[in-house]
Amino acid sequence: MNEIVDLIEKEHMRLDLPEVDIGDSVKVYSKIYEGDKERIQFFEGVVIRKRAGNTRAMFTVRKVSYGVGVEKSFPKHSPLIDRIEVLSKAKIRRAKLYYLRNLRGKAARLKEKRF
Amino acid sequence: MAVGLIGKKLGMTQIFGENGNAIPITVVQAGPCVVVQKKTTEKDGYDSLQVGFDEVKKAKLVNKPRAGHFKKANVAPQAKLMEFRIDPDEQDDYEVGAEILVDLFEPGDFVDVSGVSIGKGFAGVMKRHGFHGTPAGHGTHESFRHGGSIGANMTPAHVLKGKKMAGQMGAKNVTVQSLKVVEVRGDMNLVMIEGAVPGPRNGYVVIKKAVKKP
Repeated sequence: MNEIVDLIEKEHMRLDLPEVDIGDSVKVYSKIYEGDKERIQFFEGVVIRKRAGNTRAMFTVRKVSYGVGVEKSFPKHSPLIDRIEVLSKAKIRRAKLYYLRNLRGKAARLKEKRF
Repeated sequence: MAVGLIGKKLGMTQIFGENGNAIPITVVQAGPCVVVQKKTTEKDGYDSLQVGFDEVKKAKLVNKPRAGHFKKANVAPQAKLMEFRIDPDEQDDYEVGAEILVDLFEPGDFVDVSGVSIGKGFAGVMKRHGFHGTPAGHGTHESFRHGGSIGANMTPAHVLKGKKMAGQMGAKNVTVQSLKVVEVRGDMNLVMIEGAVPGPRNGYVVIKKAVKKP
C-alpha cells in the first residue's frame, strides 16, 4: 500500500468509536435517514467477523430475532454509526465465529470473559 | 482544447461521502507538470504544448538528445513527456518552464483519464472475450477452453474481419470517460477520482477535462 494512500485513509478513520473484538456482545446505534428526517436505530448481537483495512474495515454482528438468525455488516468507520456500546466480552478460540450459525438456543452461548 | 495533467496512479481506497455512502476513489499524484516546448502552426504545423512530468533525479538516466532538449527549455529533465493540443490564443497563457498544477481541476469536475492498461499477455478467448468454453463432460475432447467454430464454409469462404480470437490482452491505451473528481489537494499535488482508472499502481495516467460533459 502506498504511503500517501495510507495517509488519506487514516484521515477518514473514526477513532472515537470503541474497539470491538470477535465474540463481543455489542449494541450498534446507527443513523437512518428517511427523507429529511433522521432517527437512530440500534442492532444488538454478537460480533462474529472482522475485516481489516483502515477505512475499508468491516465487522458483522449476528443476532437471533424471533427464531431467525439475522446478520448485519457495518463499515467500521462509517459516519452513519452514531455510537457503539460493548456490553460484554467473551472467551473465544476462533477468529471467525461462523459456527454459531449452526447452533441454536443454549448451545449458541459464548463463555463470558472475566477480568 | 485545453491542457491536461500527467499523473501517477498511487492506488485505490474508499472514503465516505456526506450522507455516509462509501465512495471508491483512485488517488492520483498529478503534476506539477512543466511546459517544455510550445509548438506553433508556423514552425511545427500544429499548435500544442509539450508537457513534462516526474523529474528525473539522476542525470545519467537521461540520454543526451533528451538532456539537450530539456536544457534548451531550461527545465529539469522529466521522465514523461506528452503533448496537449491547444488553441493558439490559449497557448499564450503558458510560458516555457511554467508549472501546471492540480488547481486545474476542482471537486465536482468530470474528467477523462487515459493510461496503459495492465498487461495480461497472450490470452485465450475465455479470458479475453468472456466466451463460455465448451462443456467439461459428455465426451468433450481436448477443447475445454476453445471458442468453437469461427465461421461458415463456402459463403463467405473466409473468416470475418474482427472475429474475436485469442491474442494480446491489456497493455494498450485505455481511456475511461466522465469520471468525477472527488477531492483535490494542492499541497500534496493529489487528485482523487471516483472509480477506477486504467493501469497499474505507479503507472502514468493523463487527466483531461471530460469530452462528454459540459
